[in-house]
Parts: sequence; structure tokens; C-alpha cells
Amino acid sequence: MAVPRDATTALSRFGLGARFDLGAASRTAIAADPKAYLKANLKPEAVLLKGEGLDDTRNNLLAVFEQQQEKKMAREAAANQMQPSQPQTNDAMASPTAMQDGKSIQMQDAKPMPVQRDVFLTEAQARYQKAFADESGFIERLVWFWSNHFAVSVAKGRPAMITAGSFEREAIRPYILGKFADMLHAVEQHPTMLFFLDNRDSIGPNSKAGQRRQKGLNENLAREIMELHTLGVNGGYTQADVTNLARIITGWTFPGLNSNKAEPGVFTFNPNTHEPGSPKVLGKIYAQQGLEQGEAALRDLATSPATAKHLAFKFAKHFVSDQPPQPLVDRLVKVFMESGGDLHALTVALIDDDTAWSTPPTKLRTPQEFLIAASRALNLPPEKPQPVMRALNELGQPLWKPSGPNGFSDETATWASPEGLKVRLSYAALMAKQSQVPGNPTDMTNIILADAASQDTRQAIARAESKQQGLALLLMSPEFQRR
Amino acid sequence: MPLCESPSLSRRKLLGLSGSLVASAFIPKFARAANGRDPRFITIILRGAMDGLSAVAPIGDPDYATLHGELALTKDGEAAGLRLDSFFSLNPAMTNFARLYAKGEAAVIHAAATGYRDRSHFDGQDVLESGYAGPGRTDSGWLNRAIAALPQGQRIGKQSSLAVGAIAPLVIRGPAETLGWAPANLPNTGDDLARRLMDLYTHQDPKLAELLASGLTTQKMATGAMAGMDNSDHPVDMVQQARGAARLMAADDGPRIAAMAFDGWDTHENEGGAKGRLFNLLTGLDGALAEFEKTLGAAWNQTSIVVMTEFGRTAQVNGTIGTDHGTGTVAFLAGGAVAGGRVIADWPGLKTANLYQGRDLNPTTDLRGVLKGLLADQFGLSDQQLSQNIFPDSGGAKLMKGLIKI
Repeated sequence: MAVPRDATTALSRFGLGARFDLGAASRTAIAADPKAYLKANLKPEAVLLKGEGLDDTRNNLLAVFEQQQEKKMAREAAANQMQPSQPQTNDAMASPTAMQDGKSIQMQDAKPMPVQRDVFLTEAQARYQKAFADESGFIERLVWFWSNHFAVSVAKGRPAMITAGSFEREAIRPYILGKFADMLHAVEQHPTMLFFLDNRDSIGPNSKAGQRRQKGLNENLAREIMELHTLGVNGGYTQADVTNLARIITGWTFPGLNSNKAEPGVFTFNPNTHEPGSPKVLGKIYAQQGLEQGEAALRDLATSPATAKHLAFKFAKHFVSDQPPQPLVDRLVKVFMESGGDLHALTVALIDDDTAWSTPPTKLRTPQEFLIAASRALNLPPEKPQPVMRALNELGQPLWKPSGPNGFSDETATWASPEGLKVRLSYAALMAKQSQVPGNPTDMTNIILADAASQDTRQAIARAESKQQGLALLLMSPEFQRR
Repeated sequence: MPLCESPSLSRRKLLGLSGSLVASAFIPKFARAANGRDPRFITIILRGAMDGLSAVAPIGDPDYATLHGELALTKDGEAAGLRLDSFFSLNPAMTNFARLYAKGEAAVIHAAATGYRDRSHFDGQDVLESGYAGPGRTDSGWLNRAIAALPQGQRIGKQSSLAVGAIAPLVIRGPAETLGWAPANLPNTGDDLARRLMDLYTHQDPKLAELLASGLTTQKMATGAMAGMDNSDHPVDMVQQARGAARLMAADDGPRIAAMAFDGWDTHENEGGAKGRLFNLLTGLDGALAEFEKTLGAAWNQTSIVVMTEFGRTAQVNGTIGTDHGTGTVAFLAGGAVAGGRVIADWPGLKTANLYQGRDLNPTTDLRGVLKGLLADQFGLSDQQLSQNIFPDSGGAKLMKGLIKI
């Protein structure tokens, strides 16, 4: 059965690996026209993730806010009990909503799972179930790429943990086949990002609130918008540009409970904290007032040539090679510029490029890609989220928890470490033991690797002392590890 | 995908750490470097840019208290630091470091930075760890190239060095072989499976073969070796990593050089001063240093640890009671081999005119000079070697002498 290698490229370079249960037949269908197959995967309705128990960011944040308020009240109540000699209590400050709520301190006795952890696991489960079930996994790879480009970390605190999943569903997924400018807009106005990179509390020193409260700018988000999200570190901006962009996006925030003006947990523009003036960014004066000022700046950043170069290189590097062919990168830059930053056009241009297929598979799958590809190959659907989270932690790629706002590296040098490979081997052995797939490991190899499997790999798998050992070798083979 | 649901695994998980460190045939004989000593050298990278002005506060500087606002440490009172000398006070989180400082086994380098002057974390870390003058110039780290430059006799067999964590820090990546270890909770893989896979890789993918061989050397686990560990209140990861690394390094035939990285120092908001977020991070770091001292035992006397970060933070507090990306900061030295008990600084002052670009502590000491001094004294590398391959284009960063007791 001669199956062109391009089917493997489609599934492993662009997708999440062959699914055991779809069998060899689906592979033959892909092989007929792999490019057309991938393009057919780019269906707008396939990008969204909906499911039982998945709530929006507003409701998730409300849950955290309410929990925080309850804890605060419980602490205060306890403090008042212990120190009866101090008559002044904080009762007057407690909000009526929380008072009515009726939930009280007893809840702590039962030690329920914290709400943010519960939501995080629900989101994780839905995300990996979709990645497991998707026929090629290509859409999910695109989601992972853009989500990692706009990385947030749950380590920032409860609001980040409870909304990391809804952030991806609301600010990333709807736009992966749309305009980059729209994704940028959605991300930088999303509460999760405003919280993660501290813009929530950045205040224009000359704004009304700034003058009253002696508070001021935090330039964290502004810097990362330029350095990471758009222009790239060599994109030609200066410290003054960073500070000015920080001024421009003051007032971009979301309220907590007890806000009398705006809805808790929803993006709002607060004119009282917005720095007045017409700052200059990259030589252009932004004289607009209010929210429009920052939106105009973002629109310009989204379509800047530096942004096109930064994104095109990163996109090609992620999918094709740590040193992507320059002509490919150039074509992607051109398409990005000519299409006004259209990500569907960018993705199609990548698929249409022959070098994106002919470049040898040298990239090591990231831990996340490896784990999901392995579970698809061995037909081990994620039944519960905790073991998947644990595995990702141990493999060095904990979900939504990169060490910085630059997200996880996708470079081979990062993941090709002695320790990393050893842990992969442990998981390969473990999963091989758990797999219930019928047939012998050679049949499996025909489905999963097909003719991408070398003679050496076939021989090693065929000679394995047990089925489990053969499957572990399949998962650890260079053809499975590299894409 | 049930993965880790097997009973033995969850039990291991409960114990927290089971992975243990192991001597095997691959682990090297020790180094006999300069003067017949057997030095240990540990590099700790603090990712995110540590606020040097809150870690080691220049409370004698008349502009400090105003600039650093509510983050500032004071001479006495609630925000009191630990007095190092008449000018500098240490963050109160670092009680162990203060103790080491008092007995001459710890030093501070202040107003230090690499040659990098922009404010990107990722480029800054790349420069710090690669040892090059600018970002993106190489895939190897200065520590790895230093190991490669050691004469074979001293080079401690094949793998003299240890990368701690699932991802090896760039500083120790490169041509010289490195041992990897991370606190892990996984079972042993069957030897036979590993052997077969090695065989396959050797034929087909030499790079993976090399990595797997190295990974497997630390695989044989001394079960239960970590089971007795107490549960520290310190940020646990830092202390765990230090303990694991120190156990490996204390062995006669263990690695002599190690690198690890601690995350989380990017304190843009609610940084805290004498307590709070930075305080907690420094508590973890301080606990890690104490762990090295305790676990290395007799080897502590020949140990030097350098702790450094990609750059500092703004001298002035920002609008959210934190600090934004800056330039000059501190590096810590600790270890029985360190000629300590002093703060080494050519203090630039904190008047606006003296700040770098009017906002950051102006760096007056090049970290590369410090690192060259340490590597020269600990391993007998020459200034010429150090200034060429290990820290290229660092001629302007003069090798700092006298950091190690000889």
C-alpha cells in the first residue's frame, strides 16, 4: 500500500497526528490532495469551542470576585471576633450583594476545589477533547499557535486562572481565520490580558484619578504589545514609544464588584484614568481622544510591515522549521501586507507553498503536541483533565502557564533535552501500557506513520518483546517525535 | 488518556518528589582544577528582572527613599532591612544570606548589568546567558563554553555539568555534554525498552541518541532518597531544585557545575518591599542558598554560587506600586569559596542626572567582568580564553580579581 508521505506531513506537520480510529482509509483520502484537504479544514464553524459548563469571562470573573469578597468578609468577621475590644468594624464597607448572598464561613470546612481551579480544569478538558477528536487537528494547531503568541499565565493569580480558557475561546478562536487586527483588538481589550500585563491598574498621572490618587503608569502591556504581539523586538520602536503607548491605553480596564459605573468583569474605557494629551508613537501623533486613541494605535501596529515580518517568520518557523526557507517567509510577508493582515490568506499561503511540505521534518514536537498526538495514535481519549495537566507539567509545558509573556518556545533546542526526552520515554511507556487498541504494533505503524516509517523503525517495532514495548517504540521513534 | 493514574504514581505524587539522583557509570570523575582544589560552581538565573534596589537597598543614598517610595527599605522600623554596611541593607527575606555575609561567605555586586541596554526580557536573558555582546548570536551559553574550554584532564569525564529543570537554561546549553535532572514523579522505564530505543536512535537519529543516553544516566532512581524531605514553607520549587542539585554535586563523582533558573521576578505591580511578592521570591532564593550550604556539606568550602538576572527595574515606583523594566541591578555571590562580607559597587548615585536615561540605576560594573573573575579563579581559565570564546567582545569588561579565596 503506497501512501504518499504528504499525508503524513499534512497530519504531523500541520495537524496533531493520525488518529487510530480513523484508520488507513482516511489517510488514503488525504493523500489524494493533501493541500486541498488542509484547506477544507479551515471552516469558520470549526474554530469555536462550545460545551457544557464553559462560561464567559464575565461570569468567571464574577465567581472569583465573589469568592474574594466572601473570604474578605470571613476574615474580617474572624478578626472582629478575636478582637472584641476594637469596636470599629468594617461592616459598613461590606457590600449589600455579598451580605445577601448567605454563603458563609462554613464552606471552608469542606475544602471544596477552588472555583478557579474547577473552571480551569473544565476548560482544559474541553480543549483537549476537541484536540483529540478533530480529524486532522490543524485548526487546533492554529489556535495553539495564536494563543501562545498572545500568551497569558495562570500563575498571575485567580482571575487569570479562571479566565485563561474563556480568553482563548473569546479573543483567539473567533479570529484565527479572520483579520489579525481584530484578534489584536480583542486580545488587548480582554480582561485576562489587561490583568495579566497589569494594564488594569495603569493610570495616567495627569488624569483625574491620577492627580487625585498619586498613582501612575504601568508600561508592561504597552511594551509587550510592541515587542511580542506586533512589531517584534527589532521592530524599530524606542522606550519613548513604549511609554507613549502606555499613556494611550490608560483607562483600558475592567471593573470589579461594587463599581457603580460599569459592569463588573467586562472591558470598559475609564476616562477618569486616561492620560490626556496627544502622544506620538513611531512618529505618528495620536490626537484622538478617549478609547479611539488606543484603537487607532493598535490598528496601525496590526498592519505595520514590521508586524508582518515578525508574524510571518514566527508562523513559518512554528510549522515548518526553526530555520524556515527565506522565500517562504517573504511570500508570507507579502500576503500578510497585501491582504491587510488576513490570517486565512496567511494560512492558505503557507499550505500552498511547496517548501512548506518539502522541508525535512527536523522539528521536535512540543510536549503538548507529543502528548495529544500520542493519545490520538493509541486511542486514549482524555477522560479526565488532571492526568493530562500533570503530564504537561512534567514534560515542561504546563497549560497556560509559560514562564513569561513570550509564551512557550517551539524550537527544537528547547525541548531536545536529556531530561525532557527521558520523561517522554516514561510517558510513552505508560501510555503504551494503557492502550487497548487491537492489532499488532506493525499494523499500528502502518496507520500512524505509514510509509514515513523507516526500515530501522519498522524492524525495531516488529522485534519488540511485547505489544506494549512496540507501541512505546512507535511513539518514541524519530518519525513520531519529529515533524 | 489515563496517564498517571496508576497507584504507584499517585503515591509518588503524594510524596512530592521521588526522583532522585543517581550516580552511574556516566557520571564523571571529579575535577582537579587550579591548586588541586575541587571547586563547585553554580549559576542561578532569576528570570523576569529582579529589582536590585529592593533586594539590596542603598538606604544611605539620599534619593533612594523618595524614588523607591513605598517599596523602599528603611534603617529601622517595620520596613527595616538587614544591615550590610553603613550604606546598603539587605531585604529582610534573606536571613541566610545575611548570616553568610557576616562570616565572609557571601558578597553583593551592585549597580551591575550585562552589556545589554534595551529592556526586553527575552533578549536580556539571551545576552546574560549566551555571554555574547548582543542577542540572538548563538545557541550556546557561556557556562557550557567554559566547560568545553577546560583542559581534558580537569574536564571531569564526559559530563561535568548539570542542568536542573525540564528545560535546560541556555547558559549551560552547547557542545559540552550536560547531565539533566528535574524533580520528577515518574516511574523507571524498563531497561530493555530504553536499550532498544537507544539502538534505534543510534542508527537513525544520532542527536536523539545523545540526548537519551544523557537523560538515562540520571534515571536509575535511589527510591525513597527524597521521601524524608520536610515540606518547606519557602517557595518550594526553588528549594527542591537546590536540594536535588546539591545532592548530586556533593557526591565524589557527581557533577561540579550546575545551572538552574527561577521564574517570576517581573514585579510590575504590588512588588512589596519588606514583605510581599518580591520578599517571598527572595525567601525562596535564600532558602535555596541555605539548602546548598547544608547539603553540599564539606564541599561548600570550595563552592561559589552566582545569582543574577537579565536587568534591573526602574528606580522610581510605577503607577501600580511596582517597577517597570530597567537596567542596573544586583548580583549575589555565595559559597565557602567566595571572598565575601562586602558589597562591591562603584555607586553611581540616584539623582535624576545620574540615572540611566533618567529612569534606571546606572550600571557601573559589567557582569561579564564578574563572571570572568569567578571562572578564572575557580577553574584557572585565562583572561584571554575568557575574553575570546566564552565572552566574545568583552575586552571592555575588565576581569574582576579577588572574588574567590585562594
